[in-house]
Amino acid sequence: MHIVVCVKQVPDSAQIRVHPVTNTIMRQGVPAVINPYDLIVLEEALRLKDCLGARITVLSMGPKIAAEALKKCVSYGADEAILITDAVFAGSDTLATSYALASTIRRIAADRPVDMVFCGKQTIDGDTAQVGPGIARRLGFEQLTYVSRIERIDPAAREIVVHRRGEGGVQVLQSRLPCLVTMLEGSNTLRFAGMDDMFRAARYEVLEWNHKAAGIDAPERCGLKGSPTAVKKVFAPPPRAKKAEMIDASAGTPREIADAVLAKLFASRPALEREMTR
Amino acid sequence: MSAAASHAAHTSPAGLEDWRGVWIAVELERGRVHPVSWELLGEGRKLAAHLGVPLCAAVVGPDESATADACAEAIFHGADCVYVVRHPVLAHYRTAPFTTALTRLVERYRPEILLLGATTLGRDLAGAVATTLATGLTADCTELRIDGETRSLAATRPTFGGSLLCTIHTLRCRPQMATVRPRVMAMPARDTQRTGRIIPETIALDEDDIVTKVLAFIPDAAAEEAQLAYADIVVAGGRGLGGPANFRLVTDLARVVGGDYGGSRPVAQAGWIGLERQIGQTGKTIRPKLYIAAGISGAVQHRVGVEGADVIVAINSDPDAPIFEFATYGIVGDALRILPALTEALRARSPALAAAD
Ligand SMILES: Cc1cc2nc3c(=O)[nH]c(=O)nc-3n(C[C@H](O)[C@H](O)[C@H](O)COP(=O)(O)OP(=O)(O)OC[C@H]3O[C@@H](n4cnc5c(N)ncnc54)[C@H](O)[C@@H]3O)c2cc1C
Repeated sequence: MHIVVCVKQVPDSAQIRVHPVTNTIMRQGVPAVINPYDLIVLEEALRLKDCLGARITVLSMGPKIAAEALKKCVSYGADEAILITDAVFAGSDTLATSYALASTIRRIAADRPVDMVFCGKQTIDGDTAQVGPGIARRLGFEQLTYVSRIERIDPAAREIVVHRRGEGGVQVLQSRLPCLVTMLEGSNTLRFAGMDDMFRAARYEVLEWNHKAAGIDAPERCGLKGSPTAVKKVFAPPPRAKKAEMIDASAGTPREIADAVLAKLFASRPALEREMTR
Repeated sequence: MSAAASHAAHTSPAGLEDWRGVWIAVELERGRVHPVSWELLGEGRKLAAHLGVPLCAAVVGPDESATADACAEAIFHGADCVYVVRHPVLAHYRTAPFTTALTRLVERYRPEILLLGATTLGRDLAGAVATTLATGLTADCTELRIDGETRSLAATRPTFGGSLLCTIHTLRCRPQMATVRPRVMAMPARDTQRTGRIIPETIALDEDDIVTKVLAFIPDAAAEEAQLAYADIVVAGGRGLGGPANFRLVTDLARVVGGDYGGSRPVAQAGWIGLERQIGQTGKTIRPKLYIAAGISGAVQHRVGVEGADVIVAINSDPDAPIFEFATYGIVGDALRILPALTEALRARSPALAAAD
């Protein structure tokens, strides 16, 4: 089994602030992290390695600094790490990103056939959930998104059974390798890095490929040029016109406060009173 | 299924006017249409009116009465015409046959805009269809407009975890695709007098060509199947409640008012409530008539999921909590004391409950 896990280094969005005057993102000092959804699939790949002896290649597209994120994946137990980094990738939207990543996976598969690709369910900076399906489609792999559990993989029979979150329930799907899987949060938690792997990661040199090395023959399909979408405007959410009308809570008992807020609420919305006190 | 993405849709700007009409992909699964499809028809109506083009629905489903019903309902909710593909392989959602069916329809009729719900089905399908058509796709839009100058779709969505909004255009490719989460757009009125055309389409599909098989479907237990997104009254709790045992105060109030309950992300992740009850940007978007938030600070990622509520009542012990910036009524106080008081006050006002006491 050869598994490729796609990961992305993202700014820790919990710490992103917007400049109140200029409306620009203040990235300074915001630490970069591995997209948390990618760690869920990395752990799943590591489990498959534990029980089936799979080989794991982690793959990322990004600036050179993203090699740090890949080294971290090696410290958890990934076998090989490839960073595709090139000026032609700058400004890629999801279509251009899936083109670059799928082309690279084809290049990787030329040396060692790829049985599975894992992607995070989505990223925390872009949030689109589109790159995984894009890669699956381009490679002609079976597309299994929002998987909560991999029930069974039989590498010899090329068979896989997964539980996939659907609307209103879970689909149990039987599919075939090669396939692309994205997974839900809560499916597992990432292990701690082992000593041996940590030492290996410290010495490990991430492979850095430009577009040619990655086997990309049409650089015009990457980056801004290859992106059908264009961001026209970035702005802060407009503030709501009015702040809350405050109920004076200092004076009364909780029950008096409750009655005061209900009185205000029902005076302005009589229909709500009928609905709430049926 | 074809593996390589075709690049036919990469037309020069000159060819763009061949693409006409606003389309909604109707999400029909196990005999039921996801209400987000009707919400999209409501929004699509405005876009179509602005462009002066028809609004159409694409229905993909099995050869059963539910599929015919979905077509009729699409017209009642605003579609001028419905393109329908009926085939037994479309009984359960699977990426490959749904992608083939929708892609072929789009190639045949060339709509300029194609909208889908941002559900697990819609997001899976939209990503596959957009890649096959090699066109632009904007996920989780919160606002859709037509740009007056270019007649192109201006799709606005949150980015960087909701701290910012951005407006995205698809300039050289058609169709312009976007997904919208349930409850972000308003439900249009249902008019059973409306008429429209239903156009059956034949698309070659064969079970033998489909690799992925559905072995079983495990429906969510009734208790789990939170109708949260569609509840008229929602009561929610956050970390300010102090611990899982106190969450009962939220569920008690929700029960008395006949509403549903949810919570902020930290409480969902801590397991105080099910993950499917998380409200906010990475959880559910709600649009209730009344939203009561107790012990929730009102972070922007939470705010974007509740802004569609008619009335927001916030209970927070911190007078400077951000939630008071966007709530309708604010109570500075201890949620552990105010929540039971509200439950009691409402019990007292409800004739049925008061009689039962
Ligand atoms: C990418 C990303 C996505 C996210 N998505 C979501 C999402 O979908 N939904 C979501 O909710 N969050 C989301 N978050 C998290 C969000 O940023 C906040 O951290 C979270 O909403 C805070 O939850 P909280 O209000 O329960 O907790 P806190 O922020 O800790 O607030 C607790 C509040 O309770 C008040 N309080 C304390 N004691 C009492 C008391 N006795 N009575 C009354 N009030 C009291 C405090 O004053 C405080 O305001 C996301 C974050 C990121 C980075």
